[in-house]
Amino acid sequence: MAVSERSAAKKPLGSDLGLSTDDLLEMYRLVALARAVDERMWILNRAGRIPFVISGQGHEGAQVGITWALEKGKDWIAPFYRSIATCLTFGMSARDIMTAQYATASDPSSGGRQMPGHYGSHEHNLVSVSSPVATQLLHAVGLALAAKIKKTGQVAMTIMGEGSSNQGDVHEGLNFAAIHKLPFIFIVENNGYAISVPLARQVAGSSVAQRAAGYGIPGVTVDGSDVLACYSAAREAVDRARAGDGPTLIEAKVTRLTGHSSDDQQTKYRSEEELAADRSLDPVPKFRAQLVDAGVLTPQAEERIDAAIKDAVHDATEYAEAQPDPHPSTAMKWVYAEEWPSEGPPPWGMGESTDATVDDASLPDTVAD
Amino acid sequence: MALKTFIEAIRDGLREEMTRDENVIVLGEDVGKKGGVFLATDGLWADFGDDRVIDTPLTESQIIGTSIGAAIGGLRPVAEIQFADFIHPAFNQLVSEAARLRYRSNNGYSAPMVVRAPYGGGVHGALYHSQSVEAFYTHVPGLKVVIPSTPYDAKGLLRSCIRDDDPVLFFEHKKMYRSVRGDVPDGEYTVPLGKAQVTHPGSQVTVIAYGLMAHYALEAADRVAEDGISVEVVDLRTLRPLDKETVLDSVRKTGKCLVVYEDNRFGGYGAEVAAIVAEEAFDYLDGPVTRIAGPDVPGVPYNHVLEDWFMVNPEKIADGIRKLAAY
Repeated sequence: MAVSERSAAKKPLGSDLGLSTDDLLEMYRLVALARAVDERMWILNRAGRIPFVISGQGHEGAQVGITWALEKGKDWIAPFYRSIATCLTFGMSARDIMTAQYATASDPSSGGRQMPGHYGSHEHNLVSVSSPVATQLLHAVGLALAAKIKKTGQVAMTIMGEGSSNQGDVHEGLNFAAIHKLPFIFIVENNGYAISVPLARQVAGSSVAQRAAGYGIPGVTVDGSDVLACYSAAREAVDRARAGDGPTLIEAKVTRLTGHSSDDQQTKYRSEEELAADRSLDPVPKFRAQLVDAGVLTPQAEERIDAAIKDAVHDATEYAEAQPDPHPSTAMKWVYAEEWPSEGPPPWGMGESTDATVDDASLPDTVAD
Repeated sequence: MALKTFIEAIRDGLREEMTRDENVIVLGEDVGKKGGVFLATDGLWADFGDDRVIDTPLTESQIIGTSIGAAIGGLRPVAEIQFADFIHPAFNQLVSEAARLRYRSNNGYSAPMVVRAPYGGGVHGALYHSQSVEAFYTHVPGLKVVIPSTPYDAKGLLRSCIRDDDPVLFFEHKKMYRSVRGDVPDGEYTVPLGKAQVTHPGSQVTVIAYGLMAHYALEAADRVAEDGISVEVVDLRTLRPLDKETVLDSVRKTGKCLVVYEDNRFGGYGAEVAAIVAEEAFDYLDGPVTRIAGPDVPGVPYNHVLEDWFMVNPEKIADGIRKLAAY
């Protein structure tokens, strides 16, 4: 019988999840691209070109696997500052990420107004990131509420670290989302550290996922270095959300391969042994080996992907380096939708800069609502 | 034209906007079947159902944060905070998120939403049911703050707030809900944001006020008229963006300015108005810019003698006008 013949043969990797070879190669490209962009950011920081880096290294596998389960251009994500691979997977480009590092006028996240890492793109349904942690959970819950009321079939996801998951907004939002069975997914990328404070001092009971029980929703723990396991868990959550069965909490165990940020030296609070052990949990070589073993990532395919990533990172850096800064005369724009005569720059003490004429090319791009 | 109480005008404005635009939703504590503790949303749940009139848990940050997300998702949320005193847990969502969303995304995102909250004292509400919280929010660029004083303005301004593309805080003085009545037209009308109104023309002293104090200022103007003092009362209506032009025009005409607010005096909203007048109308002033405001205690005390001591009233304002006029 055909059925038994098929089950006797070794099934192609990912086929049980409905993933094609092209899907797997694209997922690998995104994981590797996110890493390459991230590594370039650190080089630029250490070379004095950009003042600050906050990194997603160690989180990329979970981010790509989970984001892959959502529908690009339809669903919503309220990400956080380590979400580089999430943003790339949902449609932002390496240029978009790099202009944020340089805070250029053309940076689509904020036009150079926010620190690097505070990504956002209305075009790609990625909600603008702020610095107070966990606030974005409520925004995703609100998006899920709008989707439910307007019957759009959209799902809204938010992502944060396990340290952030202790904030009160998380409790308030999960409670509300669960009461109303909203199409909402809460992702915790648990890397074991909230800056310097380890999990044991942050999370009672050592698991965020088990808190889901208190809201009567599923709480799932997944190996964040296993891209396909992350995809599988997220897909199940998306199916539940779209079916009207309510929220899911997914805790992806990841590792933080860098300091908290470029201003942090993690060897001060983490031992060499621990850091070495963490490097063995790096999702990039793990996913690569999995794809090579399965015959998906052939030498030719890898060569092609590597070359494309090198080009993309080089292009993004060159592009961002060449982009102009925002002009001070634009700094009063978009406080409100419209300009108010009483809301201008201070009449005294601002020098001449705000009166300077503006070169149109240096005006920040704006994204229409 | 019909005579309406302040709260009836608010309720009518809500109902008419919900009828006009199906994206308008109401959410807050007890806003559903009960219709709100002051009955501002009475009847809306019966008319519009569970999806559009949502009883929330006792979670102010969630009420505001969810409204931000819902606004991004295309709804026009009108959130009710049961008492302005309880808005503080949502401060982060209002200040770090709602106010900054448009600016920080370079106009990529915005949060068109209204936060309604009853404020103010004189109702035996003590420390936690009497506060004036407007100064916390007028300080924040990106937020609009509206405080109406008449049923006509309450309805017209509320409609403008709901249609506005930015987050607006709409504070309603709870003492006025049933004590203030006024004519409200039957048809659709709006009152624009950012426009103050001269409610009593005069020539010798300008009194700038809003909310309940706008009524007390008018009473004070009548009292001092008996002493031959001509007072011009400006009702700000929108605190931010401030209608500086109307304020400054009046002060340039009268040469004297008294700012009245119910909140604690130190660092209150009126202090900013006073600073603007001092900076931008200095050459026209014939006396110091002065303030009548609440005393600097951490809250309005409960006992009626103490509450009367705290509250600004027409006599205190009249006293301030007389002193300034004599300067």
